[in-house]
Amino acid sequence: MQNPSQLTLDVKPDKIARMPLSGWTLSSAVLTLLILTPIFTICAFLFAPVSANWAHLTNTVLPEYVRNSLILMTGVTVGAGSIGVTTAWLTSMYQFPGRKVLIWALLLPMAMPAYIIAYTYTGMLDVSGPLQEWIRITFDLQYGEYWFPQIRSIGGAIAMFSLVLYPYVYLLARAAFLDQSVCALDASRTLGCNAWQSFWQVALPLARPAVVAGISLALMETLADYGTVQYFGVATFTTGIFRTWFGMNDAVAAAQLSAMLMLFVFGLIALERWSRRRARYHHTTNTYQTLPEMTLPRTRRYLCTVLCATPVVLGFLIPVAQLLLWSLETFREMVDQRFIELASNSFALAAGAALVAMIPALVLAYGNREQPSLAMRVCTRLSAMGYAIPGTVIAVGVLIPFGALDRWFNGWTIAAFDYRPGLIFSGTVFILLFAYTVRFLAVSLATVEAGLGKIKPSMDEAARSMGSSRLHVLRSVHVPIMRGSLLTAIVIVFVDVLKELPATLVLRPFDFNTLAVRTYELASDERLADSSSAALAIVAVGIVPVILLSTAIARSRAGQSTQRKTA
Amino acid sequence: MTEHLKLDGISVALDGHPIVRDVSFSLESGQIGSLLGPSGCGKTTLLRAIAGFVQPNTGTIHLRDNPIASADHSLTPEHRNIGMVFQDLALFPHLTVAGNVAFGIRDQSKTVRMARVTELLELTGLEDYADSYPHELSGGQQQRVALVRAMAPQPHVLLLDEPFSGQDIELREQLAREVSGILRHDGITALLVTHDQMEAFAFADVIGVMAAGELHQWDSAYNLYHRPADRFVADFIGQGVFIRGSVMDNGHLQTDLGVIAGELIGAYPPETEVELLVRPDDVIHHDESPQIATVVEKSFRGADHLYTLELPGPTRVLCLAPSHHDHAIGESIGIKLEMDHLVVFACETD
Repeated sequence: MQNPSQLTLDVKPDKIARMPLSGWTLSSAVLTLLILTPIFTICAFLFAPVSANWAHLTNTVLPEYVRNSLILMTGVTVGAGSIGVTTAWLTSMYQFPGRKVLIWALLLPMAMPAYIIAYTYTGMLDVSGPLQEWIRITFDLQYGEYWFPQIRSIGGAIAMFSLVLYPYVYLLARAAFLDQSVCALDASRTLGCNAWQSFWQVALPLARPAVVAGISLALMETLADYGTVQYFGVATFTTGIFRTWFGMNDAVAAAQLSAMLMLFVFGLIALERWSRRRARYHHTTNTYQTLPEMTLPRTRRYLCTVLCATPVVLGFLIPVAQLLLWSLETFREMVDQRFIELASNSFALAAGAALVAMIPALVLAYGNREQPSLAMRVCTRLSAMGYAIPGTVIAVGVLIPFGALDRWFNGWTIAAFDYRPGLIFSGTVFILLFAYTVRFLAVSLATVEAGLGKIKPSMDEAARSMGSSRLHVLRSVHVPIMRGSLLTAIVIVFVDVLKELPATLVLRPFDFNTLAVRTYELASDERLADSSSAALAIVAVGIVPVILLSTAIARSRAGQSTQRKTA
Repeated sequence: MTEHLKLDGISVALDGHPIVRDVSFSLESGQIGSLLGPSGCGKTTLLRAIAGFVQPNTGTIHLRDNPIASADHSLTPEHRNIGMVFQDLALFPHLTVAGNVAFGIRDQSKTVRMARVTELLELTGLEDYADSYPHELSGGQQQRVALVRAMAPQPHVLLLDEPFSGQDIELREQLAREVSGILRHDGITALLVTHDQMEAFAFADVIGVMAAGELHQWDSAYNLYHRPADRFVADFIGQGVFIRGSVMDNGHLQTDLGVIAGELIGAYPPETEVELLVRPDDVIHHDESPQIATVVEKSFRGADHLYTLELPGPTRVLCLAPSHHDHAIGESIGIKLEMDHLVVFACETD
């Protein structure tokens, strides 16, 4: 037996490289705290003394905000829910002309931000729009002598939200229908249900958790919207927050309104989490089975085509056509040096935000892999909460602490150096990047986690046993396998930032403009045709993640059928 | 020292739970060993300690006379030159078959690398798949890629962590023999972890039986079966039953099956109450034998029948009879015991 001090090694001895005991956990905790700053700030105002305006608010507008929010939520639940479930069911169960195209085309309205579709339909359907003009000329009527639905109303807002948010329901419900065991449906048929009854009694109850999750995502977007409700004059929390902050200059009341809005959001998060948990038990099979794809009589086949094409036409094709028409009229004046500057501003900002959001996503995802623990999981879930928090609320939540930080810092530099650096945190792109990271971290985190999940721990070990250092494993195994996921994460956050309106509107530095803000400003000035070029640019870029999403779905289906047993 | 890989009193604890306790064994150069035991017995942890993914709490591991791991020193996995084939194979999905195999020899010149990859793929009949990706191969082919990938850097020792467990049962033994043949062809020292004894028998020269973190016996397959070191090994390896008996003055055994003569393994004084291990092949079906037993269960296994027989007492034994000796359940048949050496263990006193 050798004495350890006499050990002779042919290679330099070195301890198994271990991270400092809680390096990952510590950095993840710090990041989580930073990410949660705006949410903590808003929550803290729940306990702050109410401002003078508060009593006024509760007596006048608050009941209206609550009522309008509830009406919007109910309407979108019915609208987006019925469109999403119907299209998902038809495309997964029946064979009809155009089905293959519609399966992915049904996702296209996701590329259309709600405020842009609202501007487009207003331009088409308003009193001065081409449709009403045509009615007046054809029937020789004056305004007021015929009935026409008012697009700028709460009903119009519900229609707009339903048209662009149903893809959330469609996506999740379709996945749920495809996952269902055919046996369950067949069994119900042998037990005397017709196709219609099996849908209501078996398929829909099995898919219910997915449908609920899809609807809660759509409702989160509805609550987060500012552009549409502001334009349609529907008073909700988001418009109220803008009004109290910028109209009444009351930050405390704005923060308190934000806190109330967050309570709605927390309810939705709970609903979504709960339904996803239930979804686990509803999952009946792991193997993907091709559904029978029943063929229908000819007339019903075309009915299916019409039913599934309608949301695509209304939610994407018509608005895009209108934007194109407007843009052809106006692009000569609108697409100038200033527009190029606007676009490059937007793209640079979005790309910067996508890269910045990557850092905490990577730290949290790797932390969970290297040092899995309850604390790490909690950090990850909490940091991902921002996706549900409306941009307006996040804007208020970052502006208050960073504004205070700037005041304190300026006070200190003046006292110490007699120098005023200005609003270096709250008045620069820094605060925008921070807010975007809070809002969209969930997106990059989910994508990075999915990518990392593909790298089994044994792959690391296999590489180490073949003489790779940790760094080499990272470079030669992780990076190539993750490259696709990282790119996807960057693209999705990029597009989300490009579309984002309310937080950008509040937080952008003085004289700094983006495509989304410009679209909003022009539309608010009733220059809808002039706003079309910027709007079209946003929609065009928005199509990229839709394509990514649909090819990813197609690939995962194809992969499952060819994948051989490797376990 | 002739030992190529040597473990000395290795104990491993994970999160404070002892997983491996005081294990010592060694492999000679070119020898193929196997660690056999039920799941959760610590065999995989022991393998990971040899590979360098966990550090032992006590003991030392020597590789070619160099200490590679002890409680206070541990060489990183990449510096050990120990190859490993993983249970889930862990092939890199982003690399082709050739890319996977060349991963461990990336520092060598391109010509050397190509030559080694070609050689290994030819050895395993995968030469046509060099440019395929892992997901395009069948399970058996993936298996062979994982094996040659680990072999490519010519590791001092190759570790295999239940690499056949994902395969169909019928294929496992054949694969184990195939892989064993490839390793022997290259003269590689290897250690296989498995819970399947037929796999271990087909693969290894020397087998260690592990249970609850302890190594019970490190021996040849023949000895594990015929001279098990303790009751656990006797139970775990092969089939058989224990029948009670007592040691007679002349060293024979007095049992319910009569007096059994044979070489007693181990020293037991007369009058000791013992249990005798009776393997199915110790019980011979013989029509003229005065010893009669009743068939209680039978299973036809192609080349032979495995009968469960009941003797007065009542004692049950297993009997392996040629295939054409077909008897019905309830029938009485003559048997006799043929045992050269008697494997006995002292009765556990309650």
